[in-house]
Amino acid sequence: MLLIKKLTEAYGVSGDESGVRNLLREELTPYAEKIETDSLGNLYIKKGIGKKPRVMVAAHMDEIGLMVVGIESNGLLQVKTVGGVDERVLVSKPVVVGENHVPGVIGAKAIHLQKPHERKKPLEVEQLYIDIGVKNKEEAEKMVKIGDYAAFLATTHEIGDNCLIGKAMDNRVGCAILAELVKEDYDLELTAVFTVQEEIGLRGASVAAYNVHPDFALVLEGTTASDVAGVEDTGYVTKLGGGPAISIMDSSFIAPQKVINFLVETAKKLNLPFQLRRLTTAGTDAGAISQAHGGIPSAVISVPCRYLHSPTSIISLDDYENTLRLAKGVLMAIAEGGLSLEGFAEKIK
Amino acid sequence: MEVDRFLTEITAAPGLSGYEQPVAKMIGATLVKYANEVRQDHLGNVVVLKKGKGELRPRVLLAAHMDEIGLMVTKIEKGGFLRFTSVGGIDPRTIVGQEVVLFGKKELCGVIGAKPPHLTDAKERSQAFTMEEMFIDLALPEAKVRELVSVGDVAMIKRKAIKLNGTSMAGKAMDDRAGVAVMLACLQELQRLHHLADVYAVATVQEEVGVRGATTISYGIVPDIGIAIDVTHGAMPGVPEYDTCKLGKGPGITVGPNIHPKVASELIRIAKEYNIPYQLETATGPTGTDARAIQVTRGGIPTGLVSIPLRYMHTSVELLDLEDIKQTGRLLAYFIASVNSEYVEELACF
Repeated sequence: MLLIKKLTEAYGVSGDESGVRNLLREELTPYAEKIETDSLGNLYIKKGIGKKPRVMVAAHMDEIGLMVVGIESNGLLQVKTVGGVDERVLVSKPVVVGENHVPGVIGAKAIHLQKPHERKKPLEVEQLYIDIGVKNKEEAEKMVKIGDYAAFLATTHEIGDNCLIGKAMDNRVGCAILAELVKEDYDLELTAVFTVQEEIGLRGASVAAYNVHPDFALVLEGTTASDVAGVEDTGYVTKLGGGPAISIMDSSFIAPQKVINFLVETAKKLNLPFQLRRLTTAGTDAGAISQAHGGIPSAVISVPCRYLHSPTSIISLDDYENTLRLAKGVLMAIAEGGLSLEGFAEKIK
Repeated sequence: MEVDRFLTEITAAPGLSGYEQPVAKMIGATLVKYANEVRQDHLGNVVVLKKGKGELRPRVLLAAHMDEIGLMVTKIEKGGFLRFTSVGGIDPRTIVGQEVVLFGKKELCGVIGAKPPHLTDAKERSQAFTMEEMFIDLALPEAKVRELVSVGDVAMIKRKAIKLNGTSMAGKAMDDRAGVAVMLACLQELQRLHHLADVYAVATVQEEVGVRGATTISYGIVPDIGIAIDVTHGAMPGVPEYDTCKLGKGPGITVGPNIHPKVASELIRIAKEYNIPYQLETATGPTGTDARAIQVTRGGIPTGLVSIPLRYMHTSVELLDLEDIKQTGRLLAYFIASVNSEYVEELACF
């Protein structure tokens, strides 16, 4: 609970993941045989070096956010989105800007001053700006600069029935689980990779997979749970509290049937609840990893998350615990030879 | 208590229109420290009286509303999701993804959700969310929700005010707890001033749903002068400059038919005399503030209006400059100190 709170409250918009990386490096140094970073900023933690098989587990550190692209003469900051931001959730939210975490807010014209037709249209990012409470451009320039990243400001806390609410659950929940995994020993070579730039196109994972070149890769994610009012059961994708979600495919990746069966069997053996993710769109790091080198067998396990990419994402702590158990079980089973990695593709007779 | 800290505490507190009691208690307990007595009327207005030193003591009413806009549960849906309506004027676009505190059988945390983007088509995404499409998610099983929540329960947006650059602050319910903070600043200033008038500093209820608290309290007090303290639109892009006041440039002093000309001119004279920055604000008809009700109470009450410039009104990031609150407090204190019975008599002579 404490680690995921710290991780979700840290800032790490795609391209500037240092806040999250520093936290993880500090947390995991005592458990690592080797710690490395690469030129993009991926963080690698290695254990069991030289053992077989070589397994990579990846979770992306970056979160969606905004970038300052201009400063108006009145000191308001013009912004563009970084990653898949639903513009409709930006209005009336506090944010922090730049490396000094300058607080600001995203305002909107008062309802009193709007014409009725204005309210029917969502506010587009071009109409929005960050207000840091300065009088003019000169004052603003003392505090922020063009190119600064801005992230939602939110505190993480418990809500409802053993759930957690906060920003950046996608994918600090994956980072938290991976960090817990690293704290134990397995009879295999484990490379935990905390990747960068997933939200803008799986860019960290593609170089990480090349660098690690594992026999098998597991990606830990936070995925959409849309089990909410106004949505039919068939549109749920995943259900909050329904257990870890195993991906069959997304827009970037199709899991090998053998791997899906292995995950399902592992969950069943451990008596863990699980669900199959019912959406074929949205990408994950597995898309990049599975295509690295000559192709790397990969899998994705996700924690269901309502209101993904908003500052008020909700996860179930039961799902979190069960995803951690399943991921651990998967590593144990692989170490025991439970997933044959030789001649992965079935031979054509 | 420091004005900044007071404002931070009362803006975080709940007090929807008609449900002001939690914030009312905090306000009464703090303001009375700088006054002689505190009471509440039948509607819930908090009346703080600071007595004057005169034999003939004119009555000056200060009115700042303490109620805030919010939400009310209209239906419990399958799965325990709550449909809601607004209490006061809310732009539905500003509440998606906001945390709320719902006042059921106990306080419950929730979030305002809507249909997720991946299930909507491009046409739907080009339409703003309507209130009917949204819901409150308490992350509780349906049975638990039905046990703890009833239709009619109210919810507020959860937001702790944040200090921004310099003396700026942003948060919810600055409209009009900023006005309440002005009354604190004024009462503090009055500690060291000599004033003949009795000062009734009133935190009013139900302004957002139709200036109702101001209606009953001005009838009850029968003041010689009534001054409403509210917020006004701060300068921002997309809004004509003449419709706004600038943040950090002092209170807006309103002129127009809702305002007694001699109250406005006296406020301006005082501002000039004590080097208090101010801005003129125009209102061509009844204002959307407590001043609207005060002026037409009983046989008519000379009314004034001072306003704190504020951007993003009725969102949860209402932004203002704390310096404007302090300057407005000073302005009102010096104004009160200048009030005597001759001035009051003049107000009836046209």
